[in-house]
Amino acid sequence: MSLLKVENIHKRFGDLEVLKGVSFEVEKGETKVIIGPSGTGKSTLLHCINQLTTPDDGRIFLDGVEVTGQHTNINKLRAQMGFVFQDFNLFAHLTAMENVRLGPVKVKKMPKKEATKLAIEVLGKVGLGDKANAYPAQLSGGQQQRVSIARALAMSPKLILFDEPTSALDPELIGDVLEVMIELAKEGMTMLVVSHEMGFARSVADEIIFMEHGVIVEQGPPEKLFTAPEHKRTGEFLHKITELYGETN
Amino acid sequence: MIATIISWLPALFRGLLITLEITSVCILIGIVLGIFIALGKLYGGRFVSLFCSAYVQFFRGTPLLVQLLMAYYGLPSWGIRLSPITCGMLALGLNTAAYQAEYFRGAIQSVKGGQMLAARSIGMSLPQAIRCVILPQALRLVIPSWSNELILMLKYSSIVYMVTVLDLMGEGMRIASHNFLYIQVFIVVAIIYLGIVFIINQLLHLLERRTRIPGLGGGTLN
Repeated sequence: MSLLKVENIHKRFGDLEVLKGVSFEVEKGETKVIIGPSGTGKSTLLHCINQLTTPDDGRIFLDGVEVTGQHTNINKLRAQMGFVFQDFNLFAHLTAMENVRLGPVKVKKMPKKEATKLAIEVLGKVGLGDKANAYPAQLSGGQQQRVSIARALAMSPKLILFDEPTSALDPELIGDVLEVMIELAKEGMTMLVVSHEMGFARSVADEIIFMEHGVIVEQGPPEKLFTAPEHKRTGEFLHKITELYGETN
Repeated sequence: MIATIISWLPALFRGLLITLEITSVCILIGIVLGIFIALGKLYGGRFVSLFCSAYVQFFRGTPLLVQLLMAYYGLPSWGIRLSPITCGMLALGLNTAAYQAEYFRGAIQSVKGGQMLAARSIGMSLPQAIRCVILPQALRLVIPSWSNELILMLKYSSIVYMVTVLDLMGEGMRIASHNFLYIQVFIVVAIIYLGIVFIINQLLHLLERRTRIPGLGGGTLN
């Protein structure tokens, strides 16, 4: 059984149908990267997966439990799915350590002392052990994003969703964030990443999903998509995006 | 003249204590009620939100003096007997709650939307997210505009002399109606109000500085 199963998801905002029936699965320990032009519904899809946006139709299962069900405890399921936002969304009034600790204390009811220890440990893991007492506004974008990855990690999630985690960063700060993500992938964390970082996608992803106009055009192992895509459109997009963003990292 | 003024001071000081008591009680009622009304308006269902809007409409749309007199003369006819001072606290408290609710609503709405998303994404319930993430930021944002309300309330509390409460204004009235030195008495009363407002202002600035989030300028959140 796959860890995440997305079945025929539809989402419409007014007259605009953003998602027109998207289905795919993510196995435990897998890293899948979703690519595609802007406005294709990639972010909406991630938001649908942990119900920050409610899909109009379709079903989503996490580890066999239906996320989209009427009677599911969505808070409990969200606690098992990390979410890393494009613009970090760190809690502005809390230090890095408190940001990471809040979830374990409030949601998992972990004793504060234990949660503090955990938070410092996880911050160390993302290379920010020395920034535990800094507030988000005192950190660079790259550091903020790493704190937000730590915030997701502290909940020991089954899966982490990344919504363009490096798109809001200065080019020289992207590397640190990608490094943390590569490390996580190596450790076997299950990750679903929306990204334009082709280098990352090519070297880390088990599979790339190419989306356009609210549907999945093609999915497969990176080498196949890069060298012998089945659809002309996939090749065109990959060519263009690689030209734009390069293949560094 | 100096000796005369000094002879008024003990009575005016007693009045000042009453003024401060009324102001602090009604401001506290206003904070608690105001936060709940703001939350009701923003997160309550249709019915709760409508009720909260109606509350704000009523208390902002009618004169404070009318509300005070309704409490003073109206409640006894329903068998509710309150002391004049309690009446004053109640009317002023319910009134300021409506204004404070709007300040709180504005502040809650200016907390970045991503904060709520992030809180929910780690599995926090809506009440948890409001309590641990939204309110701590909104309450910081609200301080400058809320300061206005505190200062206004201190001064508006003077209308309780209309229902026989001997607050600072009431004591002033009482003294002046004995010696007919209206101008002189009210100048002294005004200076006392001014002094208290000045002190409150300083305290609020201190509060603003103390609660400022490091790294963010002037208490603003971007």
